[in-house]
Amino acid sequence: MSMTPQAAPTAKIEQEWIRDLASKNRRIDGRAPSDYREITIETGTIEKANGSARVTLGKTKILVGVKLELGAPFPDTPNEGVLTVNAELTPIAHSSFELGPPGENAIELARVVDRNLRESKAIDLKELCIEPGKRVFIVFVDVYVLDHDGNLVDASTYGALAALLKCRMPECEIRDGEIVYSGSFRPLPMRNYPVPVTFAKIGRTLIVDPCLKEEEVMSTRLTIGVDKEDCVCAMQKGGMGTLEVHEVTAAVEAAILKSGEIRKLIMEAAC
Amino acid sequence: MQKAPERLIDENGFRLDGRRPEEFRPIKLQVGILDNPDGSAFIEQGKNKIIVGVYGPREIHPKHMVLPDRAVIRCRYRMAPFSTEERKNPAPSRREIEISKVIREALEPAVMPEYYPRTVIDIFVEALQCDGGTRCAGIVAASLALADAGISMRELVSACSVGKVEGQIVADLFDLEDKYGEADMPVAIMPNLNKVTLIQMDGKLSRDEFERAFEMALDGCRKIRNLQAEALKRRCEVLTGTEMPEKGSLEAH
Repeated sequence: MSMTPQAAPTAKIEQEWIRDLASKNRRIDGRAPSDYREITIETGTIEKANGSARVTLGKTKILVGVKLELGAPFPDTPNEGVLTVNAELTPIAHSSFELGPPGENAIELARVVDRNLRESKAIDLKELCIEPGKRVFIVFVDVYVLDHDGNLVDASTYGALAALLKCRMPECEIRDGEIVYSGSFRPLPMRNYPVPVTFAKIGRTLIVDPCLKEEEVMSTRLTIGVDKEDCVCAMQKGGMGTLEVHEVTAAVEAAILKSGEIRKLIMEAAC
Repeated sequence: MQKAPERLIDENGFRLDGRRPEEFRPIKLQVGILDNPDGSAFIEQGKNKIIVGVYGPREIHPKHMVLPDRAVIRCRYRMAPFSTEERKNPAPSRREIEISKVIREALEPAVMPEYYPRTVIDIFVEALQCDGGTRCAGIVAASLALADAGISMRELVSACSVGKVEGQIVADLFDLEDKYGEADMPVAIMPNLNKVTLIQMDGKLSRDEFERAFEMALDGCRKIRNLQAEALKRRCEVLTGTEMPEKGSLEAH
């Protein structure tokens, strides 16, 4: 059951300070409201994965691994491969992360990353079909949060996109009902590059890429996924606050602008 | 198994269920239909049938969950196994867990939990039959159930979904349009305060399409808000014995 979370451990006086700064369009780490922290993307971290990427977004550190497996397609899409996204908020990433099955935050994270990739049709799933109705490639995207300093959605999606771009799938064909691998590999059929931009509302100010302290103070979070054609492909509001109508439209406009810069960064890192 | 329909909008501009693009399904709202919960409401929106029960403010268990300065709000959205074309596994799905969270976050801003410290307010959204747009219908009914329970609220929350089907911006998608359409965007607002409490989107919308769809959603929410107010008024009339038998139907377009 979803439940009102416990109050953040940040001291009230520090929260006041963050709010006060936000009202003057300033932030605790000196960034402007529209500034991202430094993004680094490194690919091929895990040799045994088909694709992998390690992303840092300021102090947030995330590892994404992609594994391909053969399996059965869904009965309603017999000609398409399958994409599944899972996210782990590992207990090493933050003192508030507990052991046990994924909670609502991990599930929401995985589903928003999934939504960005799926709705922008990032992977051409039809090309992952080997034998219609019987055998297709299943793409497992696993997001591992290693160090949590806010904005997990953006960092995870950037990582997932970079790992998928670097992913190599084995070439294979069917001979007499058996799968024969040729031993060579080719890239995944990537057709779109969704880039989410996350906003946090502190007081009346919208800032992008909130760090953990800012997330603890924000009333509302808004993620807007933008595809390579500057169309919106995913949105998710989070948090217990509200948004003004003009804030939503302004955020969409700002996200479309910002996503281009970040897409360039990801493409450079993954090519 | 359902087959993908060839067309979702015919050459005359009508949708598969005969609606115009901007037309909503008929909505029927009933408040106070269960005896045990402190508040309850039922919504029928096309084939959607959703019942919501609210318990609280009441004592919280386990005790360590308590918040000293406000009530905890708990919410569960659940689909009945018989609610869909194919049987839904009764185990909670990831989708249900996410929707429970977004429904709670859509209602939190409207409730005034600071009036009920150290308690819990439980909201149970049971989707009995699902045909697209159930989270929005659930929010509409849940805010009525909260009001029926007598919980202090800043405003009612109204919700509806909009989207894109065959290149056209349409209101209130039903299941097939949701599955085979190009975009779906559920929106919830507090209509009088004009504040957005839920927005999600999946699919593909250009900036211009987004703005048109968003406007359509805000407009739809405001219409639904009127129906909610009427439903509450009828409940009050029943409770105070001043019921007007000829009161109009709640069918909406």
